[in-house]
Amino acid sequence: MINLKKNEILYFALRNNKLKVGLAVLLLFVVLTIVGPLLTNYPPMDYVGPLSAPPSSEFWFGTTSFGQDIFSQFVHGLKASFLVGIVGGGLGTLLGMLVGFTAGYRGGMVDEALNMLTNIVLVIPTLAVLLIIVAYLEVRGIFIESIFIGCTAWPWAARAIRAQTFSLRSRDFVDLARLSGMNSLKIIFTEIAPNMMSYLLLVFILQFGGAVLIAATLDFIGLGPTDAMSLGLMMNNAVLWGALILGIWWWFIPPGVAITAIVGALYITNVGLDEVFNPKLREM
Amino acid sequence: MSLQVENLSVYYQTLKGDVRALEGATFTLADGEIMGLAGESGCGKTTFGKSLILLTPPMKYVEGHVLLDGEALPIWDTERMNPFRFKEVSIIPQYAMSALNPTRKIGKMISELLESRGVSYKTTRPELKRRLELVELSHDVLNMYPIELSGGMKQRMVMVLSTLLNPSLLIADEITSALDVSTQKAVAKMLVEFRDRQFVKSIIFITHDMSILYQIADSIMVMYAGKLAERASTAAIINAPRHPYTKLLISSLPEVGVKYAEKKLTGIPGKPPLLLDPPTGCRFKDRCPVAFEKCLEEPPFLEVEQSHFVACWREFEEYA
Amino acid sequence: MKIGEEEGIHPLRLQVPRPIGYIQGGKVKRYFGRKLLIYILTFFVAVTIDWMIPRFMPGDPVDALMARAGSFAESTELMHDYYSKIFGLDVPLWQQYLNFWNALLHGDLGISVYVFPLPVTTVIMRAVPFDILLLVPAILLSWFAGNWFGAFAARSKRLDNTILPLGYILTATPYMWLAMLLAWALGIVFNIFPISGGYSYAMTPSLSWAFIWSYLQHWFLPFLSLFLVGFGGWAIGMRNMIIYELEADYSHYLEALGAPRRLVRKYAFRNAVLPQLTGLALALGVIVAGALVTEVVFSYPGIGYLILQAINTRDFFLLQGCFLFIILGVLLANFAIDIAYVFVDPRTRIGMQGE
Repeated sequence: MINLKKNEILYFALRNNKLKVGLAVLLLFVVLTIVGPLLTNYPPMDYVGPLSAPPSSEFWFGTTSFGQDIFSQFVHGLKASFLVGIVGGGLGTLLGMLVGFTAGYRGGMVDEALNMLTNIVLVIPTLAVLLIIVAYLEVRGIFIESIFIGCTAWPWAARAIRAQTFSLRSRDFVDLARLSGMNSLKIIFTEIAPNMMSYLLLVFILQFGGAVLIAATLDFIGLGPTDAMSLGLMMNNAVLWGALILGIWWWFIPPGVAITAIVGALYITNVGLDEVFNPKLREM
Repeated sequence: MSLQVENLSVYYQTLKGDVRALEGATFTLADGEIMGLAGESGCGKTTFGKSLILLTPPMKYVEGHVLLDGEALPIWDTERMNPFRFKEVSIIPQYAMSALNPTRKIGKMISELLESRGVSYKTTRPELKRRLELVELSHDVLNMYPIELSGGMKQRMVMVLSTLLNPSLLIADEITSALDVSTQKAVAKMLVEFRDRQFVKSIIFITHDMSILYQIADSIMVMYAGKLAERASTAAIINAPRHPYTKLLISSLPEVGVKYAEKKLTGIPGKPPLLLDPPTGCRFKDRCPVAFEKCLEEPPFLEVEQSHFVACWREFEEYA
Repeated sequence: MKIGEEEGIHPLRLQVPRPIGYIQGGKVKRYFGRKLLIYILTFFVAVTIDWMIPRFMPGDPVDALMARAGSFAESTELMHDYYSKIFGLDVPLWQQYLNFWNALLHGDLGISVYVFPLPVTTVIMRAVPFDILLLVPAILLSWFAGNWFGAFAARSKRLDNTILPLGYILTATPYMWLAMLLAWALGIVFNIFPISGGYSYAMTPSLSWAFIWSYLQHWFLPFLSLFLVGFGGWAIGMRNMIIYELEADYSHYLEALGAPRRLVRKYAFRNAVLPQLTGLALALGVIVAGALVTEVVFSYPGIGYLILQAINTRDFFLLQGCFLFIILGVLLANFAIDIAYVFVDPRTRIGMQGE
């Protein structure tokens, strides 16, 4: 990765369509998350309206089969998704950095051992572990779910960071640092990591998206948080209470659209950023 | 054969605008001539070499003519240029070490390439083997993957492949830059041998290393900031350079046997201009020790002596 | 002295290529031996964690069974002891562990609580064919089709601009949501396909045409949803890899030598497929989770559906068996891909020289 001047990065960033579209969509959802709860009078779980009512001027996204305001559930669910993305994705990236940098920089036996650890974590059915955890924690929140996701989703990030560290490690400036007697940790933090800043950002974005998807899946099977509404939970409820058969499309379409849009926007932002950082990929 | 280049200009398209990488290049190359193309990094020599064979975006053809053996080379048209590639014009690229497909056996790749160009691999194979022997490569390399070869071996393989169809013009782009000195010598020697055996007719040898050119080039062309500065026979350039840039280049070469306590190694102060918006007039004037008012006007590339071209007002009789 | 005038040994004469040959027996055995060791180790750790599930859950699994049965107070303790014996819970933990491995090697995964007294193995084996018939075509077809499309998209700008966003949207779609959309749209609104079960509830599995037809009708939507999401991911990945390969030095060299586009594309494709192969191994975990939620939406009787039932009925032995199966499947598939990769990428074969 070349260390581009800040101005140059900004210049290319402003011109990249993918980046603009991706960020715009994300911004839209962030605004919705913040402003949404203010736009609705009804708490997400309260029974406030007619049962299974289609969208109307009073209930923008209609009501559930229990008469709950779907729009309210939706905006609260968005908040949950973003939280999981940041905390879960962030933790996954951090753990990935820890393992990836160490394995990539040290190589040899350390690398082998860490590789084995990564493989094992990859193969363990994380669902199994989650089941045990869930059974012990009757009441659990989004935070716990995020921690769990971060602790199980790091292998991909670790592999990517390790590969990148390998290629940086053989560069001259690292050799120089080693010769001057710097210890490994310092070298990783002062020489290698700064050169990988852009790469780490890309890794985080993908972890963010992955965390949102995983959370939706877990919530859908009922292993999600118990004290909050989430998009996955909305879909779970919808299926459970026959929204498919009864045609209550306004119940399950918005949460799915939101997740697809957010994760898709993250992926596209990722590609755009990659183009900004990598001159070779830029289109003329 | 002969190569005639007239007023060739090639720019690089970037988001910030066109970089004028090569402007107004005019020269001729005679049959059997090895011409060295020298200059600093970024002076346009690689652009020049590439434009003669593969002019693709972000390179942009602006103007100029190229005649090879009297026939016009449509370098601006990638489709019409294709019949000439490999057969009339060929290139040994700068990245020769990674120019071979890593997942294909070398022999297989060569046969597929030849067949796709309408050349029978079967009939070419004996000649291919002979040339491998010439560069001291065993026939077994044809059965190997590139990863099994050392860097030098891959380089030689690419040299053999690029010249396999006896092109009229060979462009050798910095082929010695990544090698150690003894291998450099061997590779350069090989190139001369190719010319002597008529595997290629003429060679443009692109490098920033003047000392190699002294060894093998018949003539040298010096470029600066996208424009031609000087062109003459090797002897003339080395012993009696006329352009101030060439003079500084030659004098900045380290000499064997001289102690630098006695004579300091000088470089050329300053940096070459950015070609996005090049300065008007002579592009070297800001670093030139003998610049004067006339240099605000761009000097033409004129023949001042027999086969000796310079682009410098000081060297034209009126201003001497 | 100019070049050509010196005498002595030509420096290149000393370099003779060492024929490394195709696959050197000893090196490969060591490579695979080490891989096998890692796999076995991983298997042990994963299975141990799996074994822990029924035993580390809060509460007594036998109590759960008995709560469903309902019984008189006096017989409670007797029944409790009886069932504990059946589930092997009456011996110390370490002995349970050893018994588990013993039973495992005999193919015995215990007794299910959910469908007591059926052995877990039987229950799982009923579900396996449904999963294989669903997953194998979905994975393979989406991989092949996705790769092909991705390569196709890399050909032209216009194609790229339409296929690329489509691919990203598909791969960003959660499996269960696409399943829900398809179920609702094609199943309810247009009433073309059934949305529940693996086959018509009125039938029993047999090799009759009627059954096969019914099965296919129930199979299509789950298959389609798994296929579409996977397809998007592979298409995107392949397109990126092809662009990367087309920018590589060897591609430029071929172009400079006048090679036709189709030759350059052919090489780029072959080289781009390799990382897609390793991607397949990594994607297996995701697909298992994806299949799980898809089966939940469609009540399709595969292992995923079993897992859901097991969670809801607290049948931990069934859970344990299901997860064991999944672990085995993922490890085997990974190993197969590792082997395939060695044959497909010559660099790994030669890279072994350095090990």
